[in-house]
Amino acid sequence: MADTQRPLSPHLQVYRWQVQMMSSILHRATGIALAVGSLLVIWGLLALAGGEASFNQFKICTGSPLGLVLLFGWSWALFYHLCNGIRHLVQDAGAGYAIPQFVRSSWLSVAGSIVLTLLVWAYVLTAGGAA
Amino acid sequence: MTAKDLRNPLKTALGLGSSQSGVGHWWTQRVTAAALVLLGVWFVATVLCLLHADYATAHAAVAKPWNALLLIAFVLTMFWHAVLGLQVVIEDYVHTRWKEVVLLVAIKFLAVLGALASVLAVLRIALTP
Repeated sequence: MADTQRPLSPHLQVYRWQVQMMSSILHRATGIALAVGSLLVIWGLLALAGGEASFNQFKICTGSPLGLVLLFGWSWALFYHLCNGIRHLVQDAGAGYAIPQFVRSSWLSVAGSIVLTLLVWAYVLTAGGAA
Repeated sequence: MTAKDLRNPLKTALGLGSSQSGVGHWWTQRVTAAALVLLGVWFVATVLCLLHADYATAHAAVAKPWNALLLIAFVLTMFWHAVLGLQVVIEDYVHTRWKEVVLLVAIKFLAVLGALASVLAVLRIALTP
């Protein structure tokens, strides 16, 4: 880091709210949440490798009310990071930089993540409940 | 004439120039992201298929060669991508140098441990009859 005392960007307080701000910060927030969620993946794999007792314990924990709330949150975080990640890959390829497109794709990421989350949990409910 | 020739030599002399390795991080983040689009969708679909699976069913499913292979690919890519992303967040928001370095090393240690544990688990499941 440069050894300087000058003010550094971003100067968030001078901007009016825009959807791109939310889609950007949500990408980071969901990324951090998913990094924590990777612990659940490790736990699941270790539980399955550990035998029937540890796997059943894992299923009881993930099927508990707290487990389901966390899973719901993580599923939305995954789908948001997925949708917005694809959006970023498209932008990295140089496309979609006009302001109306940029705003529209921000909303598309949010809407897409909500639709995918609801679809998955609708499937979970129809496939015999979330227990 | 290249752009590099136009730089003031003082910039390099003061140690504030490019470290010449930033593109590697950026590019690896994108490549792992592209891989995770495919592997992530596959992972979610696989988990949904095993929704109410008992131990034997889940064990047999993970032990299938393709599933074991893709699971290992998924966890390795996931931890790699997670480290690259967390690294940027730490570099952006942690302004005390020693805390920044400690966190940067800590996430790498944790990610390597997590990746190795996951791979060992999948191998044990795949290789145990």
